Amino acid sequence: MGTKYTIRKILIYTFLSIAAVIMIIPFAWMILTALKTNQEAISVSPFYIFPKNGWHFENFATVWKSYDFFVLYKNTLLFILFRVICACLTATMAGYAFARLNFPGKKIMFSLVLIQMMIPSQIYIIPQYLMVSKLHLMNTMAGLVFPGIVTAFGTYLLKTGYQSLPKELEEAAKLDGCNIGQTFLFIMMPLAKSSMVSLGIFTALFAFKDLMWPMIVCTESATTTLSAGLAKMQGQYGSDYPSMMASAVLAVIPMIVIYVIFQKQFVEGIATSGGKL
Amino acid sequence: MRVKKTKMSHASKVEAIWGWVFILPTMLGLIILNYIPAVNTVYQSLCKTGDFGRGNIFVGLENYKRAFSDTEIWQSLWNTVKYAIIEVPAGIVISLILAVFLCDKKIKGKSLFRTIFFLPMVCAPAAVAMVWKWLYNQQFGLINNLVHKNIAWISEPKIAWISIAIIGVWSIIGYNMVLFIGGLQEIPHDYYEAAELDGASKLQQFFHITIPMLSPTMFFVVQTRIIGALTLFDLMFMVMDKTNAALGNTQSIVYLFYTESFTNGNKGYGAAIAMILVVFIMLITLILQKIEKKIVFYN
Repeated sequence: MGTKYTIRKILIYTFLSIAAVIMIIPFAWMILTALKTNQEAISVSPFYIFPKNGWHFENFATVWKSYDFFVLYKNTLLFILFRVICACLTATMAGYAFARLNFPGKKIMFSLVLIQMMIPSQIYIIPQYLMVSKLHLMNTMAGLVFPGIVTAFGTYLLKTGYQSLPKELEEAAKLDGCNIGQTFLFIMMPLAKSSMVSLGIFTALFAFKDLMWPMIVCTESATTTLSAGLAKMQGQYGSDYPSMMASAVLAVIPMIVIYVIFQKQFVEGIATSGGKL
Repeated sequence: MRVKKTKMSHASKVEAIWGWVFILPTMLGLIILNYIPAVNTVYQSLCKTGDFGRGNIFVGLENYKRAFSDTEIWQSLWNTVKYAIIEVPAGIVISLILAVFLCDKKIKGKSLFRTIFFLPMVCAPAAVAMVWKWLYNQQFGLINNLVHKNIAWISEPKIAWISIAIIGVWSIIGYNMVLFIGGLQEIPHDYYEAAELDGASKLQQFFHITIPMLSPTMFFVVQTRIIGALTLFDLMFMVMDKTNAALGNTQSIVYLFYTESFTNGNKGYGAAIAMILVVFIMLITLILQKIEKKIVFYN
């Protein structure tokens, strides 16, 4: 029994470690390449794993300047912020109404929410683009945020969140003379915080990773996001591999730092929301 | 009695007003941003596009006729299915094994492993694709240097789609794993203890307890992953250049949709491609829901 168990344990650790190494290699190679000169990066024999003549941290400064990363960071941050605020605000209200209030047309309206979740988003993109361009919102933050103002998925997520809360609290609030708006704002919404955090994280990740919409709507470098900016840089840098990897590092680092700090919320958020990532 | 009744109906009227006020922003948004555009796409697909989306000329089923005889569309649909056939099962099997191991009580360093496996999920696919493209580089890439071969990972039509599927699997493992861990933690522990007493091996426990108890989570993951794989775009767009020799054998249907609609500016034809994709995905969703009723075990 003892040896059998030890063998099992060794096998598990081996498998986990191999998997971990495979997951890490691309990150490690990205960082190592970013710190080399192009000469070192494309030298095959001898093949360098580590930069040979010092670590070239100035590569980061070079790409930061040559492609205005400050603007990309700012745009991405605002884009994420607006998307998260809009999604949480509209979804928490609608989610509460669908979970707890009775009103005529509720079933039909909720089925509209569910149907939207089932339809692939590609069907909306062309008309959404035409709307943005007709409203003269091309290359603006408003145009970028536009399709994400409301969220069917978030509404559904918040509805399940509110449904899991006990009914007694609401009744007590009603007896204390709260109207529906007060009950929602002061009693129920604070209790649904964890669902809103899940939706916030999900929305933030989705916005951060989105590539097609920013590419379509923000064609100018000054208005675009990190993801779409990278697509441009790839064409621009051609075969300057250290610069390309340095910009990739700059693009992934902020989210990785946030993730490492708020790990628990990230993992729980994804586990509970699942969703369409 | 009577007074109470009117009071009740007054209260429910107030509730109805609150309800509509609360859902109004969302419903207006969904109608303006999703439902009207969906109808518009159907209409666009019946039109030939003039410049800048103006001057749409109604051409009836012309776009669909062209699409059905366009081998590029069928090829890209097939490419997408091929990608899904690798990414979905491989991503699920690997992440399930990882999840089961990470749920083993006696394993240490769980949170470190979990952090590492989940890392690609918080990275923009654009950056991930750039890094892998560099790893796959035929002349200078790390992979060819390690295996001492000269393989054209992303420009050889026969293997390029596999190379992209590998990136897909690498990217999605952490996400699947987190969902599986969530599902595994919900399985009551007594089941395993009872099985242990009956002398069931770990492998038997896995197949007779874990798999059936995990089937709702499994089904959810399978479904979201199939749809996710069939709408693949970011990795494809970043890895495959327009000049890549393997593009025809690799490009996904959404990639084709993007190039037709936004690079070539042919919105009408693009809309027809979007419609074909939507019908295809809705069909698969329907089939999956039929299957769900048969095989998923709900407690």
